[in-house]
This record gives sequence, structure tokens and C-alpha cells, in this order.
Amino acid sequence: MAGNPERPARRTARAAIVLAAAAIAAFGLVAVVHEATRERIAATARARELARFDQVLGGLPHDNDLLADTLTLRDPELLGTTEAVTAYRARFHGQPVAVVLEFGATDGYSGSIRLLLAVAPDGTVLGVRTVSHHETPGLGDFIDAGKSDWMQRFSGKSLGNPAAARWRVRKDGGEFDQYTGATITSRAVVGAIGRTLQLFARHRDELLAAPATIRP
Amino acid sequence: MTPAAILRAGFRDQNPGLVQLLGLCPLLAVSTSLGSGLGLGLATLAVLIASNGLVSLVGRSLPAEIRIAVFVLLIAALVTAVELALAAWLPGLHAALGIFLPLIVTNCLVLARAEAFASRQPAGDALLDGFAMGGGFLVVLVALGSVREVLGRGSLGGDLHLLLGSGGPTSGLHLFNGQHGFLLALLPPGAFILLGLGLAWRQSCQATAAASSAGTGVTSGMPGEAAS
Repeated sequence: MAGNPERPARRTARAAIVLAAAAIAAFGLVAVVHEATRERIAATARARELARFDQVLGGLPHDNDLLADTLTLRDPELLGTTEAVTAYRARFHGQPVAVVLEFGATDGYSGSIRLLLAVAPDGTVLGVRTVSHHETPGLGDFIDAGKSDWMQRFSGKSLGNPAAARWRVRKDGGEFDQYTGATITSRAVVGAIGRTLQLFARHRDELLAAPATIRP
Repeated sequence: MTPAAILRAGFRDQNPGLVQLLGLCPLLAVSTSLGSGLGLGLATLAVLIASNGLVSLVGRSLPAEIRIAVFVLLIAALVTAVELALAAWLPGLHAALGIFLPLIVTNCLVLARAEAFASRQPAGDALLDGFAMGGGFLVVLVALGSVREVLGRGSLGGDLHLLLGSGGPTSGLHLFNGQHGFLLALLPPGAFILLGLGLAWRQSCQATAAASSAGTGVTSGMPGEAAS
């Protein structure tokens, strides 16, 4: 380190140039890889989204592009959060066959639980899946489809079956068994699904409206 | 250093996970299953080999003041490249590893090997050191991940399909119902306890070896620093 005869200013300039060259080289490497992977990443992300839709729709036939036929809903008064609910509409030969709603349950044990709910036009639940969550592994992760079939209990239910007031866990006087040891998680999920079904009922006409408006 | 000595250092005498205690944060956070441990281990291994190789080529010609800064730049670029590649070809694994993939940049192990070894050694030795250190880290990650998955979930390799794609086994080895798993093993305290047991095992092996060879062997010393 010591004993370099170069003058300090020259030394600094040399260091700056080398550092700049390294930055350009690093930038170049990232740019090349980014360019090489960009299309593939977009395609995989799209395939993942579509696969998620297929899971909640249970193979229900549809022929439109769900990702291009969306609607964003907000209802802080009903949902208790300003977070938006995204609705993806599935159609077959132009007729609405289902609406897939993506929303968060914010009152879980740890952070927001992202859920995907498919609803038939008559308000019947087709399927529910957890998209992401931070619940305690082993206790709260029963909401993962791979871990337990607890989430399947919602399929076939609707706002009349049980009634809106009964969309709670049994502990709170509702219809649904809480998962042992994880009442908070169960309560959050049941409550969020119930509220989202109410949201669907409120905005049903708008959600099922025929022409898919192209949104920017 | 002879190639054998470099390999011995990485996998045993200077093992990053059990002796140097470098990169503990990803080690403890990601080792919840065999699949994710193996995934992060392989990603770290790839970054280490590439960074050691590059650093060995440019290291000696760099002015001392900016050496570390250039290493950090190189490592960050390599990690970003690995992350993009995983997102493109193994999206499931990319999602499972989450934030710990980009955080390989902050894994002290990578910078430590660049600065302490690769910048002073020929490229061949540096590449081998990257392989040995990354391999040593990978072995500890996989071992910890396997033990935690078996204890906590009652399965082994349950998420290997993230690595192997849909062609691989889908459920792995099923030992008992995950409902009756030992939850602590999956939580961070369990990771610390199991790593502690691993360290104790390593120390006892070393003590036995030292006693039998009457102290003539190379001592690897106590863990000098505990860094994340």
C-alpha cells in the first residue's frame, strides 16, 4: 500500500477511472443478462398467473385473456381497508362464467394474506387459494393448498349459504370451523372471503358487464 | 497452496458454515427444507466461483483504495445475473428463496473470499477455492435444511420439484404426518439450536483429531467473527 511514487492527485484520478470502468463493466453484464432473460421472465410470470387462475377456476372453460380483462374495486367502508381488490373476469363465448378476485386479508397473525377467490355469476364460490402469506410455519400455513384441504370448505358456499352474518369462525358464532391453534388466521381468512363476497354482490352488474373495456 | 489443501480448507478446516461462521443470515433463514437449502447453496456456489475467478484476474491490478468497491460491484452484478437467470428458468425456486437470493450480495463469505484469497492467488486456485468454500457452505445448508425439514415437516425433499421442474418427484420422501412435526425446527430459534449442535459436533471432531495427532495438525482456530 505504501511506497507508491505517484502523486496523490494522479492516484485519485487513476482510482476514479478504474472504478468507473468497473461500474460500466458490471452494468454491461447486468444489461446483457437482463436483455437475454426479459422475455422469458415475462412469459413465466404470465404462465404463473394463468396457472393460479386455473387452480381456483377448477378447469372451468374460458376463452378470454383474464389478465387483460380486469377491474379494480375499492370499498374501504365494507372491506375496512383502502387496499384495492383486483377482479379478473373469465368469459366463454362472450358470456361471463366467473370472476376471479384477488385481495388481502390484513388482520391475520403476521402481515397480509393474499387470497384468490373465484366466484360464479350467481355468487357461488368456485374455489379459494392462498397466493402468499407470512403466517407461522406449521401453525398458520394450513391455508396453503399443499399443506391442508382447509381452504376447500369454501367451495360451493355463497352469501346466502350460509347467511352473511354467519361468515365467521365457529368460535365467533359463525359457520366455519377454525383451524385448531390458529384462530386468528382462520378468522382473517373467513372474514375476508365473506366481505369480498359482499363486495361481489354490490358490484355484480359492473363485474359481469359484457364489454371488456381496454384499460391503460 | 495445493489443490487438496484448498479443498480441505473449504469443506472442513475453514468451513464457512461451521468454522468461519460467515453468511449465517441466509444459512439460518433459508435452511427450512432440503430443496431451498440446495437452491440457495447452488446459487451461492455459482456466484462464489464466478466472483473468485474474476477477482483473481483483476484483483492485483487495482489501486488499494477502491479494491473493495470494485469487488462489491462485481459481486452485485454477478448476483443480479444469477437472480435474473433463476427468475427466467426456475421461477418456483426464485419465489421460494425470495429476498435471500439478492442478499447473496451481502453474504460476507463472497467478499471475504474475494479479498482474503482470490485477489492474491492465481485464477486456477481462486476458482478451486470458490468451489471448495461454496461447496462447504452448500453442504452445511443442505444438511441443516434436511434435518429441519425432517423434524419439522416429516418429509425430505418435499420441495425439490422447485429445483428439478415438473419432471422431478412431486412430493419427495414422506416420513410422517407434518401435523405432528416438531415446529421449533422450522422457526429461527430451532435453526440456531441445530447449527449450535453442528458446531459442537465439529469442535468435538476437531478435538478428537487434535488429541490423536498430538497437536501436529493444522488448527483451524475458533470462529473469529460471527457475521451475517
